[in-house]
Amino acid sequence: MVARPFTLRNPTPMPGWGLSFGIMVTILSIIVLIPMAVLLWRGFIGFGAAEMWEVVNRPRVWSALELSFRAALVASLFNLVFGVILAWVLVRYRFPGKRLIDAAVDLPFALPTAVAGIALTAIYAPNGVLGAPIGEVFGLRVAYTELGIWIALIFVGLPFVVRTVQPVIEEIDRETEEASATLGASRLRTLTHVVLPMLAPAALTGFALALARSVGEYGSVIFIAGNLPNVTEIAPLLIVIRLEEFDYDGAVAIAIAMLAISFTLLLAINLIQIWSRRRMGAV
Amino acid sequence: MTDTIAIPSRPRAFRPATTEPAVVKWALIALCLAVLTVLLFAPLIAVFDEALRRGWAFALQSLLEPDAQSAIWLTLTVAAIVVPLNAAFGIAAAWAITKFDWRGKAWVITLIDLPFSVSPVVAGLLFVLMFGANSALGAWLVASGFPIVFAVPGIVLATLFITFPFVARELIPVMLEQGRAEEEAALTLGASGWRTFLTVTLPNIRWALLYGVLLCNARAMGEFGAVAVVSGKIRGQTTTMPLMIEMFYNEYLSVAAFTMAALLALLAFVTLTLKTALEWRYADQLAATHRH
Amino acid sequence: MIHTAFVSLHVQAQGPLIERLPDGRLLIEAGGRKVAGHPAPQESPRACGWKAAIAAALIGVGTLTLTAPQAQADTLLNVSYDPTREFYREYNAWFAEWWVAQGNAAPTIQTSHGGSGAQARAVIDGLAAQVVTLALASDIDQIAARSDLIPEDWQARLPNNSSPYTSTIVFLVREGNPEGITDWDDLIAEGVEVITPNPKTSGGARWNYLAAWGYAERNGLDPQDFVAALYRNVPVLDTGARGSTTTFAQRGIGDVLLAWENEAYLALAELGEDQFDIVVPSVSVLAEPPVALVDGHLTDETRALATAYLEQLYSPEAQAMALRHYYRAWDTSAADPADVARFPEVERLSIADFGGWAVVQPEHFGDGGIFDQIYQAQ
Repeated sequence: MVARPFTLRNPTPMPGWGLSFGIMVTILSIIVLIPMAVLLWRGFIGFGAAEMWEVVNRPRVWSALELSFRAALVASLFNLVFGVILAWVLVRYRFPGKRLIDAAVDLPFALPTAVAGIALTAIYAPNGVLGAPIGEVFGLRVAYTELGIWIALIFVGLPFVVRTVQPVIEEIDRETEEASATLGASRLRTLTHVVLPMLAPAALTGFALALARSVGEYGSVIFIAGNLPNVTEIAPLLIVIRLEEFDYDGAVAIAIAMLAISFTLLLAINLIQIWSRRRMGAV
Repeated sequence: MTDTIAIPSRPRAFRPATTEPAVVKWALIALCLAVLTVLLFAPLIAVFDEALRRGWAFALQSLLEPDAQSAIWLTLTVAAIVVPLNAAFGIAAAWAITKFDWRGKAWVITLIDLPFSVSPVVAGLLFVLMFGANSALGAWLVASGFPIVFAVPGIVLATLFITFPFVARELIPVMLEQGRAEEEAALTLGASGWRTFLTVTLPNIRWALLYGVLLCNARAMGEFGAVAVVSGKIRGQTTTMPLMIEMFYNEYLSVAAFTMAALLALLAFVTLTLKTALEWRYADQLAATHRH
Repeated sequence: MIHTAFVSLHVQAQGPLIERLPDGRLLIEAGGRKVAGHPAPQESPRACGWKAAIAAALIGVGTLTLTAPQAQADTLLNVSYDPTREFYREYNAWFAEWWVAQGNAAPTIQTSHGGSGAQARAVIDGLAAQVVTLALASDIDQIAARSDLIPEDWQARLPNNSSPYTSTIVFLVREGNPEGITDWDDLIAEGVEVITPNPKTSGGARWNYLAAWGYAERNGLDPQDFVAALYRNVPVLDTGARGSTTTFAQRGIGDVLLAWENEAYLALAELGEDQFDIVVPSVSVLAEPPVALVDGHLTDETRALATAYLEQLYSPEAQAMALRHYYRAWDTSAADPADVARFPEVERLSIADFGGWAVVQPEHFGDGGIFDQIYQAQ
């Protein structure tokens, strides 16, 4: 075997390298790279890491970050469980209105966040259609509490898990399930020990996407959260407040903190995915 | 002599080994429907209910107010600029990533996915930092009469950032799966690069492209957080429809707010219906291009 | 690069290209031999010019929109504070008609609303306003000081310190006043939740603060302690007056809202007379929300329009409008007597009693000022 020389790109007769790569890199730089670089420059060099830490290391900021991530985690876990169930129901079962439901799952993608926000607020407010009965029966306030934030984030993240798991379920070979059944496993055991591990990587991917989306979500949450500092104030709102006070440095500090925690989370999830693929086999 | 075989009077129902008991099945369906109703359908119904609270005429009248009209126009303009640009980028990026082998692909794909993990508020902040009057570049731009922040270009840039990955993310898996064989065959037959792309690649990816464009459009029209930071909320000039909804809401004009929300919700409906109808109608072609 | 050569209609060979022959055929190497054949028959290319045309049109539209001048000759941007939304909506419509009746082209009037301090910073940062109508003189002074958009002597250019109307601060409480709030000292009681906006961004919030300070001084209490106790009872600081009203009235947070008088009346009118009560304290502030021309953004054409816009705020019709929107206007000649009689008597301290904004703003609301000290200490 001849050792392959180190190349940056394998030569190929395919045309369009220059144009496509050029467009890609140009627009990527203008839209993503340069703004991010300016943010990091402004934060680390313009303001300073120590000063940024001083801004972030306050109870109100920690509360907001904690709230944003905790609520996103709860909502994404719910979406993970419910999303897998829903994907299963949509692929394996037939019932009237299935097409409608299947299309409706994409609604949170297509519906603007502000619309979702005020609609959910209207419903779950203490005098709302669902908020009033819930208040009477369970004694729970939904809007303007953390529970309301959970509901808004569940709405926002719903399609992610469903849409990543659905194709995988469609590809599952029934023979595997049948084999499991012939070997004496109950249906439940087959589902948990044979089917679920096959879905795990896709489900985790969907979970990661839902998490990433929920952590930074602003439009749908801002109406239904109470925005009380240390209680129901989400981190993006803190950034907006700093901006309105024209405290750019403070805003940058909180933004970088959010980015750092997001990346750590996503990195952790990527590592879990790699581990799970190795352990349970790629689908 | 006849052997009598005892046949049970009621044969036990046969359930294939790969299905759940009917009870479980219907329970799961009911659970899903219940959760979806509370979570998805209730908000939609609420939007239309509030919008039509004072009747059709009042609702439509509120859409004809000059503020509402300029918001609708601005939203359409921003979408008309952002969607083609992101489609062009998505196609270029997907081509570069799937038709060539080069080092650093994973990094680039991560960078393309970056806007997904960034809060929209942070996205707006990025452009305020770059082009706001307190930066060197921004001060020069304002002085020359081309402000970016507090003006339409800022809104366009922020929306571009947010909707950046949509088309590319839809195209890349599909094009990876389709491989390069068809394009290479076309090349051997003497087609030029553009011809290959237009007559071979584009027809293969059109469903993925359409879906990506629809999602990009829906998000571009509905983006709230990033635009709120960047726009300055000047009525009649830099308020898009989602911002207008918030403004109406803050001014106790709930019918106007929900009517505009209903308009955006209708847009979402149309998007989804279009996608579903096309998927249904061209199901075999879809299957042929391995879309789903 | 591999090419396909058509030796005949149904016989093709493929291989790397050696050369193109002068008669148009390709010479390729296939299976160890050289083969000559015609290139693949090409369909006539369909005109994709129309796709390019659409793309060009879209880009053209986009460019035009982007480079369109932000202000045409007859456009006016009024950057205002938070509670004036309803008033200016009506005034703008009336003024546009009046301007046309004077024989001019129909103007385009736009407004932006937000916390007064935040709006001032926006103008400094490049928001292209032709007039500013903010909550207190200090914010316009800031614009004059930090940019050369407004001259230093702006306040003398229009009557009544450039304030076409005044207002004051009152308390908005829940129906029936369950906490029994009658005056400022009830606000610092244990367990009472007070809603007021953030003085860093909202003008009304600064009037609130000063009214509390004034009360404490008047009644022999240590003003800094009093105000600190007050802010300890504040669960959330919204950026503007309208945000606070929303928090109090629609989110049901808090026992009492410190509000602009006009905002309180508006909340009653919009959200229900039977939901809230207005309580007038013993002492309040004379809140003078001033207006000013932003000379730096005026062109010859817009100067006349902007000047008229501000001057007409003092006209009898506009003053009657202001009264209708719960402002204490000066000229009651065209007003409905009921609107005039609505306002309760209350002793109002003016900013001069505190030493003027030049002293008050940095001492209380500047970086590291008294408000910062109070709030950090929590």
